[in-house]
Amino acid sequence: MPSTRVVVTGLGATSPVGGDVASTWEALLSGTSGIARLDDEWIDQLPVRIGGRVAVEPSEVLERVKARRLDRSTQFAMVAAGQAWADAGLEGSGLEPERLGVAVASGIGGVTTLLANYDTLLEKGARRVSPLAVPMLMPNAPAANVSLAYGARAAVHAPTSACASGNEAIAMALDLIRLGRADVVLAGGTEAAIHPLPMAAFANMMALSKTASGDDGRDPTTVSRPWDSARDGFVLGEGGAVLVLESEEHARARGARIYAEVRGAGISNDAHDIAQPDPEGRGGTRAIQMALREGDVDPATVVHVNAHATSTPKGDIAEGLMLHAVLGEHVDRCVVTSTKSMTGHLLGGAGALEAVATVMALHDRVSPPTINLDDLDPEVDLDIPTSRRDLPEGDVVALNNSFGFGGANVAVAFGSA
Amino acid sequence: MATTEEIRADLADIVNEVAGVDADDVQLDKSFVDDLDVDSLSMVEVVVAAEEKFGVTIPDDEVKNLKTVGDAVAYIERAQG
Repeated sequence: MPSTRVVVTGLGATSPVGGDVASTWEALLSGTSGIARLDDEWIDQLPVRIGGRVAVEPSEVLERVKARRLDRSTQFAMVAAGQAWADAGLEGSGLEPERLGVAVASGIGGVTTLLANYDTLLEKGARRVSPLAVPMLMPNAPAANVSLAYGARAAVHAPTSACASGNEAIAMALDLIRLGRADVVLAGGTEAAIHPLPMAAFANMMALSKTASGDDGRDPTTVSRPWDSARDGFVLGEGGAVLVLESEEHARARGARIYAEVRGAGISNDAHDIAQPDPEGRGGTRAIQMALREGDVDPATVVHVNAHATSTPKGDIAEGLMLHAVLGEHVDRCVVTSTKSMTGHLLGGAGALEAVATVMALHDRVSPPTINLDDLDPEVDLDIPTSRRDLPEGDVVALNNSFGFGGANVAVAFGSA
Repeated sequence: MATTEEIRADLADIVNEVAGVDADDVQLDKSFVDDLDVDSLSMVEVVVAAEEKFGVTIPDDEVKNLKTVGDAVAYIERAQG
């Protein structure tokens, strides 16, 4: 077993349900949806007109001149990283820059910057394309800007595995600390893909729910409905989250508050299809098993899962099969939730935001509900509360699962502090 | 024909928008790099915005000669002919 213990000492998030961790967590526990009809001028041309915009615009938080040099996805990362940095008490802590790393992911990169500059190229010509376009749109822009802001001079990574990216960043941060390459890592994910092109593409691949166009009288907050029989695709959200991962030794030496331990991570691939999950969830099962084995976790102690469950027909069923395969009879005592029922799907930000929720669930010993679960799919046999549910005391473990296009499966096991 | 002061004021608004420098600080004797802290990429943004605003062309080779706000205003005045 790896000898270095790694803990979570800071949290930050900006999400469709709140501008920080406290407001996001309160909204999740109370079952509040962040999904609404989008009011963008381009929205009427699309078949899907709902989504989860962040509750607090980054322009309300960041300096204007700094923000205009950052893609929206990087803006979210900067907001979340600033909160996590402050929450962990790292300012003025004397941390050596060479021991501070970053792993901040995005699934799609600076897509709004890329496409806005292409619009400019077509409308006004090459001369008008921003000289900042490349450093704004590159996939490592969020990680690099977090590194610049906090002087992180250890490894600065931007893993990409589509919708598993944010969780993979946390797994990577765990590795960096266990391998001795850093003492502290700012780890997370971000996404800002509410733009007509990615929305049209997701809609055309039938990944997005089309049940609510936003104008058909249906309540947009009811469309993301993981495991419900009437689910028919995900709802796109945006936002970012960052966690401070730190070696336990370093955290204890500086007297940091410890939210939870990162026990282990598992990463695998289905090698089945570029977009569809393995219907039997075999790759995801291996990832979860790997996370538990790495953390020396007894399946009987796994009391909570923040599932990937995006509200797609096949994926939600496959994840149920994985949990049964890994936890066996213990699955009956495991409280499962999908916070995507409230936030929508943040793509590369999802795994990070859900890691924050998983850590808060362990810290506060309570699981958020899954909303809109009116009629549980008969193919799903899990304990999924529809209102908040207390978690047991004692030494327990919670899992955060993320799966992504390209067959990526990432599971991270967190232990109570 | 715009006066020198009108060009300076419009340019000051552009520098404020791009680099966050207080528009009142953007005076003719100020150096973009040394006084106003406008870095090279921001300078490209200022130049492109100025081209659009004043209807002139400022070739890349010319940009390095525009060390002060006064240099830029004078160039724009000449280019507007």
